Order: sequence, then structure tokens, then C-alpha cells
Amino acid sequence: MTRSYRLTLATATAAAALAAGAALAAGYPEKTVNYIIPFGPGGESDISARLQEPVFKRLTGQTVAIQYKPGAGGAASWAQLNGMAADGYTVMGTNLPHIVLQPLQKDVGYQTDDITTVYWFHFTPDALIVTADSPYKTLKDFVDAAKKAPGSITLSGSGTNSANHLAQQQFDKMAGIKTTYVPFGGTGPSNTALLGKQVSGSWGYTTVQMQLGAQVRCLAVAMAQRHPKLPDCPTFQEQGFELVGGAYRGVAVPKSTPADVQAKLADILARINADPEFIRKMEDGGFAMLDVGPDKMAGFMAEVKARYGALAREMGIVKK
Amino acid sequence: MGGLEHLLAALSPLNLLLALAGVAAGTVIGALPGLTATMAVAVLVPFTFSMDPAAALIALGAIYTGAIYGGAYAAILLNTPGTPSAIATTFDGYPMARAGRGDLALTLACLASVAGGLVGAGFLLLLAPPMATVALKFGPVEYFWLAVFGLTLIASLGEGSTVKGLIGGCLGLLLAMVGVAEVGGDIRYVGDFKSLLGGIDIVSALIGLYCVPVLIELVATPARHLESVSRVAGFQLREAGALIARAKLNLARSSVIGTVVGILPGAGGSIASLVAYSEAKRASARRANFGKGEPEGIVATESANNATVGGGFIPTLVLGIPGTPPDAIILGALLVQGIRTGPTLFTDQAPIVYTFVWGLILATLLMLPVGLLIGRFAFRSILAIPKAVLVPSVALLTVLGSFAVHNNPHEVQQMVVLGVAAWVLGRMGFSASPIVLGLILGAIAERGFVQGQLIGGARGSVWAEFFGRPISLGIIAFILLGLLWPWWMARRARRRSGAAGPAEVGRG
Repeated sequence: MTRSYRLTLATATAAAALAAGAALAAGYPEKTVNYIIPFGPGGESDISARLQEPVFKRLTGQTVAIQYKPGAGGAASWAQLNGMAADGYTVMGTNLPHIVLQPLQKDVGYQTDDITTVYWFHFTPDALIVTADSPYKTLKDFVDAAKKAPGSITLSGSGTNSANHLAQQQFDKMAGIKTTYVPFGGTGPSNTALLGKQVSGSWGYTTVQMQLGAQVRCLAVAMAQRHPKLPDCPTFQEQGFELVGGAYRGVAVPKSTPADVQAKLADILARINADPEFIRKMEDGGFAMLDVGPDKMAGFMAEVKARYGALAREMGIVKK
Repeated sequence: MGGLEHLLAALSPLNLLLALAGVAAGTVIGALPGLTATMAVAVLVPFTFSMDPAAALIALGAIYTGAIYGGAYAAILLNTPGTPSAIATTFDGYPMARAGRGDLALTLACLASVAGGLVGAGFLLLLAPPMATVALKFGPVEYFWLAVFGLTLIASLGEGSTVKGLIGGCLGLLLAMVGVAEVGGDIRYVGDFKSLLGGIDIVSALIGLYCVPVLIELVATPARHLESVSRVAGFQLREAGALIARAKLNLARSSVIGTVVGILPGAGGSIASLVAYSEAKRASARRANFGKGEPEGIVATESANNATVGGGFIPTLVLGIPGTPPDAIILGALLVQGIRTGPTLFTDQAPIVYTFVWGLILATLLMLPVGLLIGRFAFRSILAIPKAVLVPSVALLTVLGSFAVHNNPHEVQQMVVLGVAAWVLGRMGFSASPIVLGLILGAIAERGFVQGQLIGGARGSVWAEFFGRPISLGIIAFILLGLLWPWWMARRARRRSGAAGPAEVGRG
């Protein structure tokens, strides 16, 4: 980033802050921001936070302290979010479909609307992946085989009622096929089962394809356009299936965080998302960029709640 | 492959410094009850982002292998495994310390760990790509049988009564069910406690079940914690060296077991050391002494768990599949560094990979002086510190350790409740190890069973899935051997001597 660009940005933010007339937000951030990841280290949430960290420091001059509070698939942390300090110095990673599905399934100590997400910054698009030597060369081969022998194709994925599981359910419905979903305890074990040919294929993400490289073949990705780093992998839409989605990651704050601080944070996250170096590293890892800021948040959340809610009811996982 | 230029690169002053500092820090972290190798690696990861990839890997590998070794200290001196990998080290380590041979046990653990670490790293250096395929041969069904195999070992662990061991194992299995089921998502045994949704954490259970009873006993009895036969605790290198030389077959076998189990994602150091222990016991002429302070037991467990370090890196680097939990974190760190793991890594990025492997070997060698020195210091401290200081210090560590698992007070509550329960159970003759093994292995067995059932059902036959695969049949054979061997040995002993000794009956 050039000096003049940085200056412009600084002026722009200063102007924005003045316009907001905010006392608290004016200097935000003035100290280290605690960034709580509701999962363990090493996962996609951690990796993307680690990539945001240096850009945050470059843009604001303040550091980010990443902490891990895993438990109950993230629910342990989300249930505590609104009890934390609401000053903008405690922020938390937030995930879809998790925060919609978990409260639908059981009492996990929070409701979807309790989570104040200020920005959704990327997603890992669903991808249907088989091994490189699989007989399924294309999505059509796969669908044809599944039609011939309903239920006999096994697909690994990470977790029950997870993004991978939802993708399998959605696609089975769209294609009019029946496959067997085999849940594993994370992307790692699911990939192992795929490479070891314990299963016929895997519902994973674009990140899985980037990680496993030439060992596997991606039959389709759930994106509107092809992923820039996976030009050979067609989208579901190209092949006639309206499947777009995956696991979304964002940043949330405790509910009572002042609106101007939330706006400032959203602005910083938007600028991180515009950083070319950040974009390059994220896309190299297989992530897909996404910008859902405060202006689009209400509509976006209403849409995903309706979509996941309907799916969850069909799958019969909504608590009575 | 693995040429000399990479060894020289690994020998750069910075890399040597990182290896030394990593091993020392890892040993100390591993030695503290509750701070595990996974945690040590996670804490270090952010500092490695500014390093070049080979140096970052060396630092992470060094702290990892140091922590696995450090777990032996608390196992031997406090009867509390510092990390899950050191569970089996308590079987003979603590009895040795009780008998005044804590210094010898620590030196043995150090020598065995270095040897095991070198074997694991050697496989990583020379045979990584072909060995990685082992990881892929193991499907859900094989993990199920492997976990069942581990459970049958409870019967032959050799501490206390077999029936009580089995009851303890069942208790552990029940504890493993608590929370949201990993496969299927059902909620079990949670009641109104939302904090139990995440299940019983293995590390906090480990701290509670082992450490709390020791603390209560320390307070309840007036005697000193440990006595030393020789007031001046030395390295006992000569004696330890002779013991290692005598146990070289055991050492080689345990190291290979450790490497292979390390390659299997989802198994890990606790299973590796347990399997090595049980095989060492089976093969040893001093079988009856296992569980009562037998040096060979320590040689087996400590060489096996350090061999999992090199073994675990094999699938991590070759396939992009983490072999052990710390490897998962290291894999994430590599992705942030922009390194793509995979079959081509060993050719495309040969300088990074081989510099790292040599660095890991150097770090393992550095563990010898570092480990001996820290070991002597730890032993002297435990001997010298009055109980009034020792107990509160360790108690504080148990709270910190169980909190640090998830930065969550719920784990501290679990730790205290399980700890008090373990003390009561201990008074009734139930020991902690079967419970912990049930907890660890129960989760693996259940997962494998349900996944195997799903896959078998889709393929047409669940029976063929469980009993028709060659590796499964091999493990089933080991299970039968493990179950029938003690009975057969007892029978043979009875035939020979006319009557069974009391020790033989207890061993089952």
C-alpha cells in the first residue's frame, strides 16, 4: 500500500469519525483488541483471523490478541458473548450456519438474534470432492451413479448438522438422488477418509481442494463464479444446480457495544477485506471473499435464517 | 535425499538456538500437570509467523517433542501424567519414585525419549512418503478395533484387581458419552448442565483423576512425599545406560510402535505408549514386575510416545493430514506461512522439509543434556520442597491447567468433581488409568463403530465391513492374543509349579 493511499484512508476515517461525532469511537481502537475464536487453533477461523491480524495492525496501529475458547461447536463461547465487555475491545469470531442451526436444534444458551455480527468477511464455499482416480470424472457421472444405486455412495464430511451436512442434504434434494453422509470429527479426519478411499467422495470446501491439491478432483463448487485459484473446477450453477453457499465467517461484538464503535469496527474490517495482500493470501488458501457490512446485515441474516430454517425443518433437526 | 547441505542449514546458530530453547521450554511446559504439548505448540505458533518456514518448523517441532518428554516428570514424581501421552509412564514411574529410584526413572525416561524421538525422526527423514500410506489404510472400522484393542489392555495393565479395572473402564466409557455425540448430534447425559454439552474434556479429566487424589493423600498423611535412597540425587547414567542396553529390543519395538501409531491420525501418544507397554510386558521375562516399578515399562512408554512426534509429521507433511493434535496446529501455521503440504512437498520444498527434519533430530539430541539437567533439578526440588509449599503449588497448577484447556471455568469444575470422585474410588481400590483410557478410547471406538456401520450399510454388508478387511482381522487377532495370553500364561505357570502364586491371580 502506498503512503498517499494510506494518508487518504486515514483522512477518510478521521472524517467519518468526526461526522459520527462520536466521543468513544473517535480514537477506536486505542489499545489491543481481544479477538476470541470459539474454536481451537489451526482451523479455518483461526487461519483467517491470523491473516487479518497483520493488516489490522498496519491500518490501526493497534494489535489483535487472538484467544481460543472452543467448546460445544462454538456454542460455549457464543452463549457468553453478551456478558463480555461491550467496549469494542472484545470481539468474537462468528460462523454460519452454526449460529442459526445450533439454537434451532437445542437450548444452547443463546438465540441467533443474540449474536451481533458486524461484518461477514469471507466464506469457504462447499465443494464436492473425489479422489484423483475416482470413476466420477464430472458431476454428471456422480449424479448418474447415485441414481443407479440409491444410498450406496458414501460421502464424508465434517460433523453432523454442519455446513457439509447441509450441502449434502441440499444437493441430494436438487439432484433427486440419495447418498449416505458419514460425519467425521473435523475436516482433517474427513479428508483422511477421502484419501484413504474409505468413502466414495467428500463434501468439503474449496480450502480442502487447495490443501489436498492433485490428490483429489473437485467436481463442483457452490459459488456464483469459479474460484480464482481453482479455474478448472466448475460451479454447480454451470451444471444446472442452484447451489451457492458454504461456511461463512464474521466478527461479532457483545450486543450493547455502542453503535459508533460497531460502525468503526465494521469499517476497519471492510478495509482489511480490501487489502490486496490479504485478498491474495486468503484466495491462495481457498477462501472466497465476502463483504456483508452493517448496511446489508439485516437483509442477509433474514435470508440465511429463512433458508437454513427451512432446511433444518426438512432434515428434522429442529427441536420440538 | 536428506542431503548434507540441509543438515548444515539446520546447524545455523539461529536454528540451533531455536531447537535448544524449544526443547527446554517444551520440557518445562510438558512437566507441568495440565499444560499439554498441544497447548505448548499453540502458544508458540504466533511467534513463528515472522520466522522463515524451516526455522518456524524447527521451533514448533522442538517444543512439541520437549513437551511430550516433559510429561514424564510429573508422571514419575507426582503420579500425574503431564500430558496424555505419559499416562502409561505412571504405571512404573511412580512406583520407582516411591521406592526411592526417582532419579534413575527420570534418566531412563530421558534416554528412552531421545532414542524413540530419533527413531521417529529417522523414519520421517528416510521413509516418509511410503509410510504415509499407512495412514490411509486405516478406516473407521480399523480405528474401532484399535480402540477395542486398547480397552482390552486395561485387563492386563497390572495395577490392582482386574474386575475393578474393567469396572473403571466402563465408567470411563460412560464419561466418554457425555455431551453432544460427534456422529449423529444426539445429546446425552447432560441433564440441565449446559456446560456439559461439550463433553468431558480429556485433559481436565486427566488432571482431576490423577492429581487431586495425590494432593489429598499428601495432605492426609504426615510422611514426606518421596524419599531418595541416595541423599545426593545423581544422574545414575551408568545404571540407566546398562538398563537401556539390556532393553534394546524393547526400545526398538516400542519406537517402531510409536512411529506407526503416530502416523495414524486420531490415535496419538497415549495409545502408542499403552500398546508399547503392553507388548513390552508380554515379551519381557520380568513380566510380573510390571506395574511395580519395572524400568522396562518406562523404556517402552517413553520411547513410544516420543517416536509419535516424527511419525505424526509423516502424514502431516506428505498428505496434509495431521497425525496428532499438535500436528493440526502446526499444519495451520504452515498454511498461514503459505506452504502447501502434500506429496510434492518433499521434492518442491526439499530445502525446507529436510532442514526441518534435521532440526528435529538435533532438537531430539539436545533433549539429552537439557532433559538430564532439568530432570535433576525437578527431582531435587520435589525432594526439597516442603509439603506445605508443594501441595498448594501443584493445586494451583491443576486449576490453571484445567482452565487453560478452553479458557473456561467449566473445565475447572469438571476437574475438581472428577478428582474428588477419583479419590473416593481410589479408597475403594479403583485406579485412575482404566477410567481415563475408557474416556479416551470410548470416543474413538464409538466414532469408528457408527461410521463403519454407515459405510458398511451403504456398501451392502455391515458384517463384511467389520470382519472382512485384512487390517481389521490383524487387529482382532491381537485382541484375542491380548485376552487369551494372560490366561494361557497363568495356566502354564500353574501346570509347571502346581499352584499359582498370589501375584499371578491378581494379574488376570
